[in-house]
Amino acid sequence: MGNILEQLAICIERGKVNKDAKFPPALQGQDGADELTVKALDQGYSANDILKKSLMVGMKIVGDKFGAGKAFVPDLLIAAKAMNTAMEHLKVYFESGELKHRGTVVIGTVSGDLHDIGKNLIRMVLKGDGWNVIDLGVDVHADKFVEVISENPDCYIGLSALLTTTMVNMKTTNDVIKSKFPNTKIYVGGAPLSQDYSDEIGTDGYFPDPYSFAQHLSAIAS
Amino acid sequence: MKTYKSLAINTPEELIFGSSPNPVKCKSGLVIGGGLVYPEINFTLPPMSIEESTWHTVEKHYNQIAVEVCNRAKRLKIPGLVVEFEQLPPMTMNPEWGGKITELLQNHLQNFQSESGIPTALRVTVVDLRDADRPPILREGNSWEKTREAFVCAAQAGADILSIESIGGKEVHDQALVYGDLQGIVTSLGSLSWRDMGWLWDEITSIANEYGCISGGDTACGFSNTAMQLAGKGMLPSLLAALDRAASAPRSLAAFEHGAVGPSKDCAYEGPIIKAITGAPISMEGKSSCCAHFSPLGNIAGAAADLWSNESVQNVRLLSGSAPEAFMELLAYDCRLFNIAHKKNEALHLRDMLVDSDIPLNVEALILEPKIVIDIAQAIVNEDGGYKRTKAAVKVAFDAIAKAVSEGRVEIAEMEKSWLPRLGSEIDALPDNEEEALENLKSTYGTLFQPKAYGLE
Repeated sequence: MGNILEQLAICIERGKVNKDAKFPPALQGQDGADELTVKALDQGYSANDILKKSLMVGMKIVGDKFGAGKAFVPDLLIAAKAMNTAMEHLKVYFESGELKHRGTVVIGTVSGDLHDIGKNLIRMVLKGDGWNVIDLGVDVHADKFVEVISENPDCYIGLSALLTTTMVNMKTTNDVIKSKFPNTKIYVGGAPLSQDYSDEIGTDGYFPDPYSFAQHLSAIAS
Repeated sequence: MKTYKSLAINTPEELIFGSSPNPVKCKSGLVIGGGLVYPEINFTLPPMSIEESTWHTVEKHYNQIAVEVCNRAKRLKIPGLVVEFEQLPPMTMNPEWGGKITELLQNHLQNFQSESGIPTALRVTVVDLRDADRPPILREGNSWEKTREAFVCAAQAGADILSIESIGGKEVHDQALVYGDLQGIVTSLGSLSWRDMGWLWDEITSIANEYGCISGGDTACGFSNTAMQLAGKGMLPSLLAALDRAASAPRSLAAFEHGAVGPSKDCAYEGPIIKAITGAPISMEGKSSCCAHFSPLGNIAGAAADLWSNESVQNVRLLSGSAPEAFMELLAYDCRLFNIAHKKNEALHLRDMLVDSDIPLNVEALILEPKIVIDIAQAIVNEDGGYKRTKAAVKVAFDAIAKAVSEGRVEIAEMEKSWLPRLGSEIDALPDNEEEALENLKSTYGTLFQPKAYGLE
């Protein structure tokens, strides 16, 4: 077995949250991300090394598999769950400024629309990928986004809609936000949408799944 | 409350399109499930906002759609027509708006019927606004009051059939689904959703009875169709979606145990299981709903359909005419084929072709094979209570899938093969009793739902 950072990366990749977790069956009874993160800190590994050389390595493996159609969403999310469990032990380092989130993403389903599963998937994947996610819920009016952006000026925005009669509210939301914060990047997703629609209404991109959105954010944030 | 302890349809041969043991007669004389398959046309607005300032345009769209659909129906000499008006959120949030469109459409249908002699019915599907609350409060509060008011407005405005795509339990099911947590899926459907269905359909049936409407039925759209769509995009295993489908039947059955008589909603692909138990007619959608979403059930969905639907189509212009008019024609021809098959005593032959064309290619289709439907239905009625019924349905569905895979009767993707033993183990680990299952649900998903909303406290 490799060093503790390698073991921790495997726990993330395979979704081994803690010792009590029954999943995956092959790792039953072994330390999970929870225990190994504590041990790694105790052994003197820096929070930054734990995050960058272990947690994010494991997430990238499973994320790349998902992107290549070789893993399902549950595989991605259980890995994200393991990652979030580990990140709880690194919270104090974020608070001190030693570690930084990749950035802040504010997400919500637009006004008049109650669908949320796509948005919720985005939240879970982005959190697992090291982002600070502010989830505004469903039926979110444009002015709510404006309020949150004023508190988080460098954030990215993710808008979700599932109905043809509510996707029009994405344009309204985009226009309201950009009239006050012209440099804020706004991205859209949802079944009736497309890149063409995103271009038409002036948003900054369309993503058909949470992983491609996460990859894009990683690319522009780095 | 009615509790089903036996099947209305006991053999696979009796599970057939157009015919149900307990047909539903509408005020117009239309008999659903009485021997003919009728089209159920459903349409929606093109991309536009719905507000006071655009209301005139909204009405213009629905007027145009109604005229064109009725003209097409008359030209094709269909034997009967059901129109579904599926409300959009602003129309339920402002119940009088939903009432106005209901009245508009019913007026068109009555004029159509008096001119053509073709009997009609109007189904109104109200949005479950309780979905906006997190956690959902369900049995009280503004969201429920608006939803209830929308039912009343629709009934007063002339709706023949009342329906909804209800969401109780979805707040937990969504999370369990994306984590591939079968225990969470079973308990959210069998304990939470089942309870909400019972309460909700008592309410809806009461409104229907007060206003002389038909208490139609519900759908597990927000549960197993979500699973189906995610599986269709490669995000979830089809195995999981298939089991979710079976697991959704007991909660959809609860509508019928609390006053619904059918036809169940078009997107309730668990409909054949409901029909086998209740004998009630069902609406189904298959390839005809490709305007709204894709599915692996395009042909088999028609096998037991009493109404044949297109789910929803936007009012946009195609080369032939408007999209609703085009899909009216598509449904009309499909129904013509169903009905001529009955007339020529070839209905079973056609049904079997619809079934056999889909089942080798996807496990989600396999579990709708008539014999497996009957087996799942029998397992359900052999048990009491939502949880035990849901657990039983999943077990039978899983065993049927495992057997079919081992016999080479159905394909599964290489990536899914590891999920067979994984799901099998999860089924074996399902608690025997609901109390334990609910305790597990609370410990994993307790922050997502309010037990009080389900009458659990």
